[in-house]
Amino acid sequence: MGPVHAYLRLAGVWCRALLQYPVSLAMLTLAQTVGAALDVAAILIVFAHTTRIAGFTEPEVLFLYGTAATAFALADTLVGSLERIGAHIRSGWLDVMLTRPVSPLVQVAVDRFSPRRLGKLAPALAALLIGAAGLDVAWTPGLVAFTVLFVVSGTVIASSIWVVGAAFQFIAVDAAQASNAFTYGGKELTSYPMAIYPRDLVRFTTFVVPLAFVNWQPALYVLDRPDPLGLPEWLRHASPAVALATAAVAALCWRAGLRRYRSTGS
Amino acid sequence: MRVYATVAWLGLRKQATYALATIAGAFTNTVFGFVRAAVLIALWQARPGLAGYDVGDAITFCFLSQAMIAPVRTLSGGIPELAERIRTGDVAIDLSRPAGLQAWWFALDLGQAGHGTLFRSLPPLAAGALVFGLNTPADLATGVLFAVSIALATLTSFGVRYLVALGTFWLMDDRGLVNISTLAAMFCSGMLLPLNIFPGTLGEVVRLLPWAATVQVPIDVYLGTTGGVAGALAFQAFWAVALLLAGRLLTGVAERRVVVQGG
Repeated sequence: MGPVHAYLRLAGVWCRALLQYPVSLAMLTLAQTVGAALDVAAILIVFAHTTRIAGFTEPEVLFLYGTAATAFALADTLVGSLERIGAHIRSGWLDVMLTRPVSPLVQVAVDRFSPRRLGKLAPALAALLIGAAGLDVAWTPGLVAFTVLFVVSGTVIASSIWVVGAAFQFIAVDAAQASNAFTYGGKELTSYPMAIYPRDLVRFTTFVVPLAFVNWQPALYVLDRPDPLGLPEWLRHASPAVALATAAVAALCWRAGLRRYRSTGS
Repeated sequence: MRVYATVAWLGLRKQATYALATIAGAFTNTVFGFVRAAVLIALWQARPGLAGYDVGDAITFCFLSQAMIAPVRTLSGGIPELAERIRTGDVAIDLSRPAGLQAWWFALDLGQAGHGTLFRSLPPLAAGALVFGLNTPADLATGVLFAVSIALATLTSFGVRYLVALGTFWLMDDRGLVNISTLAAMFCSGMLLPLNIFPGTLGEVVRLLPWAATVQVPIDVYLGTTGGVAGALAFQAFWAVALLLAGRLLTGVAERRVVVQGG
């Protein structure tokens, strides 16, 4: 059984289990939707007081938030369970997974898969569409395809960050919170234009942890704006390549981590 | 009283076992502090003096709110350990102790909060102070009043979360309530944005809810932007007393009426 097939089968099993408690699933999904809607509300409150922040208008910020939140919501749904790997190591459950004929990465990623995380998608997509409609941009089919492609690349980049965070927990079992700084913190960071951050932080998110390619760089192309740091324009088209490179690095980290793994034993 | 002091000490010790988790948590609070600060700086640069704050006040607000996550437990929503004990029936052991359920769990919570103050509040504050130079309280009296305000914030936060945890007696599963409680705490406390920039009726309502007493009011006491410290502390005290009394009454109802889970 290939990894994708295994993932889908296991995700289906978890969905069937969750549907035994449909009201509970509906409430948990709704909570995720409301949580993301409150993020959008925060943006609207900020723009109740000003027409621009750091030179960016309300539709532009909604577009940035929408693309980032969509990418991170998809990544969280697909691989968000990876952040609990520390608990699997402590309880010895990872040993059980290693004896099974399915990739341990797939097993940990799909563990307790829940469609409730997709609840964040509705407000994210709404912000994206409202923002996109309000932009002073001619939406050609090519530009729409470009946007879809960079959101998919962003999902791959965000997922890779979750994988690296999980691999780090092989070294530091209790450090799940530290990867939150890059996953949930990354979503927070990419929700607003990078122009509001210190230049060194923007360089860090461009060249070290490639969060700038989740939405900022390609969005500059869509919005037809100059880069505040004066970085070369070809970076705006680099998201798919960066996504592939990030995924490769994440795969190497995961393998290195798994090789170092010693069971907690008893 | 000694038993509660011991429980609080054990709560602190328990938290201290997870040193690496604490460092990781402090790191995350610091990162969020900087990201949120950037948004507030951009807003206050566009609108200097908005809501009576200058840029320095807004930055200080942001790092203080991050530093308060561990001591005031602003984002916990409920009390997971208590909810779990109610769900499994282990709470029967707690109820048979010669100590009040509410006071017992408050002591435990306070011990963990004490640990959080030392190791999870100071790193984000220090980082914020190094980079931006945070505001300090105007005088010693303000510092003392801020400490009182934080104590009241801790009581209010516990009051809400204890009620949420007790909900498990009736619902068996506290996740729905915890989710609602966490979202309300995030949005209505000032963690997401200072409450005094919420517009119109929404702003008037959120500033009256108990969550305002957990983050917004203590920080206003610190910054000296309350428009009447006595009124601010009275507002916090009202919510703290009301919620703790409600928790006490509900504990009584749960003891008398509810069948404990278990086999």
